[in-house]
This record gives sequence, C-alpha cells and structure tokens, in this order.
Amino acid sequence: MTHVGVVVYPGTNCEHDVAEALESVGATCELVWHTRTGLGGCDAVVLPGGFAHGDYLRPGAIARFSPVTAAVAAFARDGGPVLGICNGFQVLTEAGLLPGALQKNRGLAFLCTTVDVRVETTRSALTGEAACGQVLRIPINHFEGNYTCGVETLAELRDGDRIVLRYTDNPNGSVDDIAGICNEAGNVVGLMPHPERASDALLGSVDGLVLLRSFVGAKQLARSG
Amino acid sequence: MVETLHRALGLTDAEADAIDAVLGRPANPLETAMFSVMWSEHCSYKSSRLHLRRLPTEAPWVLVGPGEGAGVIDAGDGIAVAMRIESHNHPSAVEPYQGAATGVGGIIRDVFTMGARPIALMDSLRFGPLDEARSRWLFEGVVHGIAGYGNAVGVPTVGGETSFDACYAGNPLVNVFCLGVMPVSRIALARASGTGNLAVLVGASTGRDGIGGVSVLASAGFGAEADDTKRPSVQVGDPFEEKRLIEACLELLDSGLVVGVQDLGGAGITCAVSETAAKGGAGMDVWVSEVHQREPGMTAAEVMTSESQERVLVIVTPADLDAVRAVCERWEVRASVIGAVTGTGRLRVLDAPGGTVLADVPAAALEDGKPLYDRPQRAAAPVELGPVVFDDAGTDLLALLADPSWVYRQYDHQLFLNTVTPPGGDAAVLRLKAPGLPPSRRALAVSTDGNARWCAVDPRAGAAMTVAESCLNVACAGARPVALVNCLNFGNPEHPRVMWELSSAIDGIADACGALGIPVIGGNVSLYNESAGDDIDPTPIVAVLGLIDALERRPPGVGLVDGAALLLVGGQGDLALGGSRWAVERGGGARRGGPLPALDLALHARVVELVAGIVADGLVLGVHDVAEGGLAVALAEMAVASSVGFRVVVGGAAELWTEAPSRAVVCTADPAAVEARAREAGVPVRVLGRAGGDRLVVDGLLDVEAGEAEAAFRGAIPAAVGA
Repeated sequence: MTHVGVVVYPGTNCEHDVAEALESVGATCELVWHTRTGLGGCDAVVLPGGFAHGDYLRPGAIARFSPVTAAVAAFARDGGPVLGICNGFQVLTEAGLLPGALQKNRGLAFLCTTVDVRVETTRSALTGEAACGQVLRIPINHFEGNYTCGVETLAELRDGDRIVLRYTDNPNGSVDDIAGICNEAGNVVGLMPHPERASDALLGSVDGLVLLRSFVGAKQLARSG
Repeated sequence: MVETLHRALGLTDAEADAIDAVLGRPANPLETAMFSVMWSEHCSYKSSRLHLRRLPTEAPWVLVGPGEGAGVIDAGDGIAVAMRIESHNHPSAVEPYQGAATGVGGIIRDVFTMGARPIALMDSLRFGPLDEARSRWLFEGVVHGIAGYGNAVGVPTVGGETSFDACYAGNPLVNVFCLGVMPVSRIALARASGTGNLAVLVGASTGRDGIGGVSVLASAGFGAEADDTKRPSVQVGDPFEEKRLIEACLELLDSGLVVGVQDLGGAGITCAVSETAAKGGAGMDVWVSEVHQREPGMTAAEVMTSESQERVLVIVTPADLDAVRAVCERWEVRASVIGAVTGTGRLRVLDAPGGTVLADVPAAALEDGKPLYDRPQRAAAPVELGPVVFDDAGTDLLALLADPSWVYRQYDHQLFLNTVTPPGGDAAVLRLKAPGLPPSRRALAVSTDGNARWCAVDPRAGAAMTVAESCLNVACAGARPVALVNCLNFGNPEHPRVMWELSSAIDGIADACGALGIPVIGGNVSLYNESAGDDIDPTPIVAVLGLIDALERRPPGVGLVDGAALLLVGGQGDLALGGSRWAVERGGGARRGGPLPALDLALHARVVELVAGIVADGLVLGVHDVAEGGLAVALAEMAVASSVGFRVVVGGAAELWTEAPSRAVVCTADPAAVEARAREAGVPVRVLGRAGGDRLVVDGLLDVEAGEAEAAFRGAIPAAVGA
C-alpha cells in the first residue's frame, strides 16, 4: 500500500481534504509538519493547497525555506513522486523543483469555480492512468494561478512533453493555457486545479480520482524508471 | 477633565454618575475608559436587551443559547453545531477591506472559542446602488476583504446574499455568519474560576489599532463627512495569525488544558476579563506590563481597550501552564500570562505583578451593571402603495435579474470537501464532517435572509416573513429548520420610530419562531446605522440552520429539467404587491407602501414540512422558493440555472410580481405524486405548466428568449462594477 506524506506548513489548509481523497483510492496518509527534515517511510509526497506562511511576501516564498522543503527536494531527486496542488505548485516553483512562476490572475481577483482541463501527457506521475485528450471537470481556487515562464522554458516544456494539463477555456491568463506541468523525469508534478475536490459524486464530480489513482500508483513507475 | 473624557468616550453624564455611584468615588480615566467600552451600545445592548427577552430561545436540542460566544445545538450522532452572526457595518463603511476582513476574523473566533472547528462562513451584504462610485468602492472592498481573510484563514464561504438600495449608500451592512462543528464533549464556555488560576493571552500582540472601536465607531452614527477621521478606530486583520490561533486553541481544548476561554473582540482585554470574571463569579488581577505589545509607550488605557485582532484569553491552572505554552509554541502563537483569577470579585488593573493598582472595579458592575434603556417608540403611519403600472413584463424581468456569482467566485466555497450545494441556490448544503468528528450521514442546510423592503412597510410582519422565507429555503434543500441566529441592523435608537421598528421586528421574529418551533440561539444588534441623520430601513437578517437526517443524494437545486411539470406549492391567490421589489423599482409604487401580503404561519409550517419531505424523498427535480421578485424572478432563476425554458399560465400580472410568502415552485416528473402529498399535508397546489424549450413564456404576459434572460442575469453585476 502506498504511504503518502502530506506536508503541512503553517497556513496550509487542504491537508485533511487531500488525505481523505487519497485514502479513498487506497493510500495511507501521514501529515508531515514543516519542521521535519526527513520523509522516512513515505512512498510519495503531496504539498497541498492553502496559504503556507500566510503567502506573505509571495506565495511559496517563505515555504521554500521551511526544513521540510529541502527534504522534499531530496526525495524528488531520488525519483520519488511529488505532487504540488495549488499553493503546493507555487511552493514547488519557488523552491526551483519546477520552472516558471504563478502570478496574479488576469482579472486580478480570486477565482473559485469548476473548470475543464485536458490531459496532455500520460508520462507524469499524475496522469499514468488517464488518457491523452481526456477532459476532466475539476475545481480551481486561487488568486495567483496565472502560470508564466520564459520562451525558452516554454519550449522545453512543450518539447519535453512536460505540459500535463491545459485549461480548455483559460480562466486566469496562464501562458499556453497551462494548468499543470512536470519536471523532466515526470515524477514531480504541479497543478493549480484541486483533484481532491473532484473525488466524490456528492460534491459534483469524480474526475479527480483518475489523477489521484495515477499518483498513488506512480511509486513503481518512478523507481523502476 | 474627567467629565469631558467620558463624553469623548461616548458615555452620557447620567452613565458617568452611575459609574461613580458603583465605585463610591469618582472613576479615574482608566476606569472611565473601561466602563465606556463595556457600557457602549455595541457591548451592552442597552437599547435592545429589554426587547430581546421576548425571543423564544429554548428547545430540547439547544445546548447553549444566547449570551455566549455562539449558540450551540445538538445535531445528533454526538455532534454539536455552533453558529453566530455579527455585524461589522461601521468599520466596513470607513475602511471596507479591513472592516469586512476583521468581521470575518471576529466571527470565526466566536465559534472556535466555543470549542467548534469553523467549517463555513456566510455573508449578508447591503450597499447603495452601484451607479455611485462610493458604493462600488465599498462593495468591491468588502468582497475583497471577505475573500482575502476568509480564504487565507481556511474557512470556506459557502453562501450569503447581497443587495443594493439607496438607504445603505452612506451606511453599508456587512453581516458575517460562521458555523462550526465539534464533538458534544468539547463545548467550552467563557468562565474564569478557581482562585490562583492564570489568565493567558494567546495570539497577536496588542497594538494601538482599533482603540474605541465599539464606542466611537460602532455606537454612533455617521455625519456627512466624518468617515475618514474614524479610520484609526478600524482594526487590521492577519488571517495567518488567526489560522494558527484556531489550531492552537482547538488543540488546547482537545487536550483539556483550559478552564475557560473567551475571544477578544469589541472592547479587547477589558471585555474579555470582565465577562469571564463576572460569568465565573470571580475576580481578576490584570498586569499591563505582561501583555505582549506591538509598540512601546502604550498607556494602560490603550492596552486595556485596544481591539487588536487575533487574540484569545484562556484561563488555565498553574499546573497546566507549561503544557499550554508547548502547544502554543508548536503552532507558533505567542502566549503571555497577563493576570490571575482572584476570589475578591474585583477586576483590578495593575501596572505590573505586585505593582501599582491603576483601576479597581467590581467585575460584575462592568458586565451585569450595564445600563438598560426602555427608549421611547413611535409607530410610523402606514403608507399606501398607490396605483402601479404594469408595463412590459419582459423588460421588468430582465431588469430584476442579477447573478451573485461575481461575489462568491471570489470566495473559497469548497474547502473541507463538505459543500454539496454551493452558493447560488436557496440554501448551502454541507456534509456534517470534520477531523475528529464521529462519522455521520447527516447534513446541514443554511440560509441567510433579510428583506428591508418588507420590514420598511411593516417591521413586525416583514420580520416574520423573513424568518418564514429562510425556513422555506432550507426546506428546499430537504432540511428541517432547527435553529436561528439573527443580526438586527437598525438606525439610531434615540429616534422613536427606529425603536418602534426594532421592537416590532423582534416581535415579528418571535411570532414566526414561536409558530414554527425554532429557537433563537444567538444574535447581534447593530444600531446607529445612519448617515447625515437618515436611518437605514429596518434590516433584520436571519440565518436559519436546517438538518438533513440522511443525505442520500445531492439535493435537486433550482434548475429545471426539460419536459417536467411545474407546480406552485403553497399559498395561492394573494396578489398584494406591497413591499415587492417590482412595485417599488418598476411599477411606480410608493416606497414603504403596503400592505404586505398575508403570512399564515400555520400554513407556512405545513409548506415547510411538505417541501422538505418531497425533496428528501426524491420526488423533486428542481425547486425554488418564491421571494424577492416574485414568481417571475423565481421561474427565471430556475431557467437560467439550467438553460431550460418554461411555459406557464398565471392568474394575471400581479401574480408575476407579488412576494406573497409560503410558496415554492416545484419541477417534477411525477406531478400526481406531489399533488397527492400536498393534499395529504393540507397544502394548496396547482399546476403552472411545463419546463422545456428555449423561451421563458407566461401566456399572455411574458415571452423572453432564455439566452437573453441568461445574458441579463450573468451580466448585471459585472457590468455595474466594470469587471
């Protein structure tokens, strides 16, 4: 059974939601406080949504200095599956584990709504069980979700098959409609939509489950690859 | 000098004399400052307390009634639900972002200091018309403030309501509701007991922000130009501090480390220590030097009355102090021992432990000795609505449609994976689930409602109709209404007409709650909502909590299903247009013109039970109560929610627009079954027509393309704010 570490910075608020959704697809979860310096026992790690350290200065700008972030970086270097959702994605870009940055939404307002995203690759830790071209209905919930990067980085992302999800109707101004990306190896993934919020029919969508199932099953892929 | 001080602090000469009489000597400036905040309208309810006693507050499922931080009910399965609503009108009028943000922070503290984890926020907002620049600034600032604080503190905003009227142009209303859940065993009360126990101030440092917020700001009206000068009385919020404070406080309560807990809101440390001491029948010594302060050189009076946010007071035994400090350290919140419980019944303020006594008053006098006024009342003469003109119903309908999603899309409304019915429906529906709670199939439905147009015509009947509407809203989600909290927003209580409006509205709430069997478990009164001498229309806001015993499927929502039948369930044939939005805004009727349609509370109780029952039993594909804008707006909102049109027949133009209570439109595939259930329940019902097509058609009266209605609905608010 996959054991997932769910990182909790002061100000993180989606940790219980992520753990609940991951457990519903067969994982076990452990909350990992931000002062931890190791991730012993974890097969995969999630940086959930919220406002790490209040998002003060800039989302993720302080969280990258929390001790656990260095442990996440080491875990990622070893090929361990790492998923950053929303604020977690912002932390991963600030920590240099993923390229680019998330700036304020076009429209300069917080946006909580449900959008369609298209799966663009299946070679990431988040999309192994999805199909390319599959459209998923998943909530977004952010002020700084407008993905941006330089032209060279964008070319690398495209050429390296590293754009994991694209919005079908861009809600926030992200370059190239990007909703999620991965690193070169595909084991580190960041996305702005919240798959855990689309994990129960009672809440309106179960489209996030295929992503979470892929992630929970991604351990073997990463270690064998 | 002291005499001018008490006036500057908002105390009357008679109140100052009463304070001297209590003390048996002239009060010193610090004591005067402490009394001024505790005896302010905001803290003392001195104009309303006498009348609030008429509200029904008891039911077997009520665990904590009015008078504590929040009301609490037993929701079953070992789970308690705490809720409260409070205004932050005056701060929001002066500084909309921070005013609204700190309103959110304050109401959340009221809930988690009861031991409950806050899981939902809602807001009732009122502004002037959006064609005025100041109203747009206030509206956008308030919404951004609620979003900025609520999202970051990690409590979803799951619903609310917003409306616009000229009476709020100088004095907007920002009422914030919070709901929390806990195991029944975790209920905590604000009590200081046990001589020698320690008072620990937990959370943010104390600064000069918000000095005199309750007395200078919340308990006086606005002049024409006074706004900007009051800005220093507005507090500044820090949601990140509050998030850590929530977690620390709930862990302290879970670990059984606290004797009593009280949030610091209006009147700051003074209020917290006097309330906990008075309720615990104890005394307390407070040491000013021990309060962690944001800046040097603060006076004792500033420290004692500062309304700096994100602070709570906990009473702990000396033996548990180290454990309390450890919990606070883990959550990175500061904790300072600022005093001790004494057996003297006196509240003493000392400059330092063992130091000079700066103030020495009986604790009970600040709390229990609060003034109580029976202010004069004068009923307003009834106004006739006068003739109304029915013009093109399609044009009127398009003008009355407005989608609030521009507001709620800025709020995280999904956190905690509980939100089954998001904002935009009749009531928010939430699963009853949180870390540490026993598993349960139960769910909650919550609706906040207010209608000043009704209450301006007839405050008693209008307030009763408001309660009735809120109950029907939760019934539309399949829930049974079980409790209510209210926020009473009125003008200057020294105006006899305002006092009559307040007293009458309280009677109306009591009428409806009594007849429907719903206890009032908490509330808040906001007076002096006036600017340049003009009072706002009477605006009682209510929040009704409903329980769903077993949530088997998503409630139907307001949408239509192509081909299904449309029925009007409940009251039939009352065509009175008094108090209706159409009559005032479109029909040329007189403002405050009546009479209102009649409310039959016995019928209403049957309608509520019937609607909740047919929804819970799955007989309904879509349902919407008929309220503001009447049947025309109700049907149109159902159509645009689903992009499905309708064709119906009604008895005439007045039936399109009357806001007669106790009615719901039901969309069903099995009209015979719904009719049979209605007959059994003794509720009138009739077939209106059928859902389907791409036009909104009322035979002979209205024919609008669905796309046109949808564009008017979606575009109204974005166009007004230039988004």
